[in-house]
Amino acid sequence: MALAMILLPLLLAAVGALIPSNRLRPLVLPVAGLGHLALTAFALLAPGADSLSALPGEYPLLGLDAIGKVILLVVSLVFAACSIYAVGYLRYRQERPNRVFIAGLLGFLAGATVVSWSRNMGLTWVAIEATTLATAPLIYFNNSKRSIEATWKFLLVGSVGIALALLGTFFVAYATLVGGGQASLSFDALCVIGAPVSKPWLRVAFVLALVGYGTKMGLAPMHTWKPDAYGEAPGVVGAVFAGGVTSIAFLAFLRFYIVVSRAGEAAFASRLLLGMGLFSMAVAGLFMIGQRDFKRMLAYSSVEHMGILMIGLGLGAPALFGTMLHVLTNGVTKGVLFLSAGNIHRAYASKNIAQVRGALRRLPLSGGLFLAAFLAITGSPPFGPFVSEFSILNGAFASGHPLVAAAFLVFLFVVFIGMGRTVLKVTQGRPPEDALTTAYRDGFLTAAPLVALMAITLFLGIAVPEPLAALLREAAALVGGQA
Amino acid sequence: MTDFLNAIIVIVMILNLFALGTSRIASVIRIVAVQGALLGVVPLLLHWGGGGAPSAAVLLAAGAAIALKGLAIPAIMRRSLRSAAIKREVEPLVGFLPSVLLGAAGTALALVFSGRMGMAASQPGTLIVPASMATVLVGFIILTTRWKAISQVIGYLVLENGIYLFGMLLVEAIPFVVEMGALLDLFVGVFVISIITNHINEAFSSMDTRDLVTLKE
Repeated sequence: MALAMILLPLLLAAVGALIPSNRLRPLVLPVAGLGHLALTAFALLAPGADSLSALPGEYPLLGLDAIGKVILLVVSLVFAACSIYAVGYLRYRQERPNRVFIAGLLGFLAGATVVSWSRNMGLTWVAIEATTLATAPLIYFNNSKRSIEATWKFLLVGSVGIALALLGTFFVAYATLVGGGQASLSFDALCVIGAPVSKPWLRVAFVLALVGYGTKMGLAPMHTWKPDAYGEAPGVVGAVFAGGVTSIAFLAFLRFYIVVSRAGEAAFASRLLLGMGLFSMAVAGLFMIGQRDFKRMLAYSSVEHMGILMIGLGLGAPALFGTMLHVLTNGVTKGVLFLSAGNIHRAYASKNIAQVRGALRRLPLSGGLFLAAFLAITGSPPFGPFVSEFSILNGAFASGHPLVAAAFLVFLFVVFIGMGRTVLKVTQGRPPEDALTTAYRDGFLTAAPLVALMAITLFLGIAVPEPLAALLREAAALVGGQA
Repeated sequence: MTDFLNAIIVIVMILNLFALGTSRIASVIRIVAVQGALLGVVPLLLHWGGGGAPSAAVLLAAGAAIALKGLAIPAIMRRSLRSAAIKREVEPLVGFLPSVLLGAAGTALALVFSGRMGMAASQPGTLIVPASMATVLVGFIILTTRWKAISQVIGYLVLENGIYLFGMLLVEAIPFVVEMGALLDLFVGVFVISIITNHINEAFSSMDTRDLVTLKE
């Protein structure tokens, strides 16, 4: 099962590389995206499809637990939408060769699948680093000076950050060795409660993982690559990053959190996470105010929501259900935001609010979805993020953190104002007289995936279906240590 | 065997300081290559020290590490240095002598740090932990005090060498797939980064990262 999901995108990447036509090649993307989504549905629903039998006496390398399932679902949903969108997008960008672009997207999907299935912290790291390398050419797609700069920053900051995460991974294993146990990188072995472990080494390991995987997630102050990369890359790449890359980095970090809290260091971890999360929200809010580039604005929104995930994790048990739900609602809503922003960018040939006005008139569908997704991501009812953010807020009160709750609300408000000003300028009013006219109009391929994702966001805001709620409860219990 | 191992680790630490104090980029690449190849030998020594011949997997991993870190990666770096045709000096932010002193201070700090953290009792060659920390620190110094893109890549390689050395303490815990995967990632990473540095050089006619300042708030 796992192997089929990992090999499918790789196989199609090879097929894509062999297709000589720049026009036909993008068709491998929906095959991979929809095939992967079908396999994901099977892995989540069919009993027994989620585990791999290990050799007796050994811990398994692959196996799907509840948190892996949640992340796999987000990645697969967002990627499936992006894979259909990309066919339409690449049709508009025939002038650029897309062989490497398509291979990079599919390589990311394979890597993200490995991360979701991995039960070995070393394997998780290898796969995360592989996605860093696979996604670098995506940022570079436009082949301009600006995109080179963004790619360089992403590669250097990302590689160094992720190297620290590897050091942290080694430190965790070494902590058990110093404690007198058997060194292991297996998640199952490290989660055994009461195993001897050296606390100082474990704490340093946790900090390194927070910095390392936090760089990949884009937590402040390690977020510097994010606005550049999201701003210069095509919108579809932004959607894959904000919905996929950040989610798998969060999963990798979650595994560290679980190991550290099972060793009795949850209080230490919680303080760090709350501080880091609130700081990320503050920085994001600050840079969103007066932001003139609406794609960079979305990057800061991603920083903000990674901060929210950290806060939810730091609050502990009462907020964990909301946190796991927020991974899903944030990923799906970010998909709508980035894809519609990409459409608007193409229709105006600009991403600066000086030129982009009146998107609702020029592109009623994309403009409307952009506005609706903005309302959703800032936590307005009746959309999914409202439910998850409200649940995290409740968790803050329930766990006795009224100050955190207050700061959380203030930052949400600041972000709403800052983001709202830019979004309203983009969507309302009339297109400027001197705005460039371009050939882009909303078509089925570049609009239908957005409508589908927006429908999911809306649906999750009205009712979380029971099988999903059960999965999220199971995931929250796994993180909180009740399973 | 432990004496021999410690000797190698001391050489690795001295190479750190050489890397900090050398002005020609080609020489720094060579120093880091030697360091990487030496690190590839360490797992073999650990195994012989523990008695018994190393298994095929250990031999394969060590061979791959030596080939990649000692030969393939330096070859890629030299190629992009040649094609860039830049002034082949390092041009550091901090002078060579101060950065060597900084590296030495970092090494001392690493020794103190690992002494305080406590180390596993059953390990041969207790120098591995401080040497690894020192190498990671030196990697950071190179990364942050050099302007040229290619010098920053060298800093990243030194950082990776330090982490690889730490991995030596955990040979039995790291599955073969993971070890080979990490090496492959490193190789592909340097390959991709060197493509980007070449693009930087073509687009900006220099490899100076101070030119990369268009994107900001």
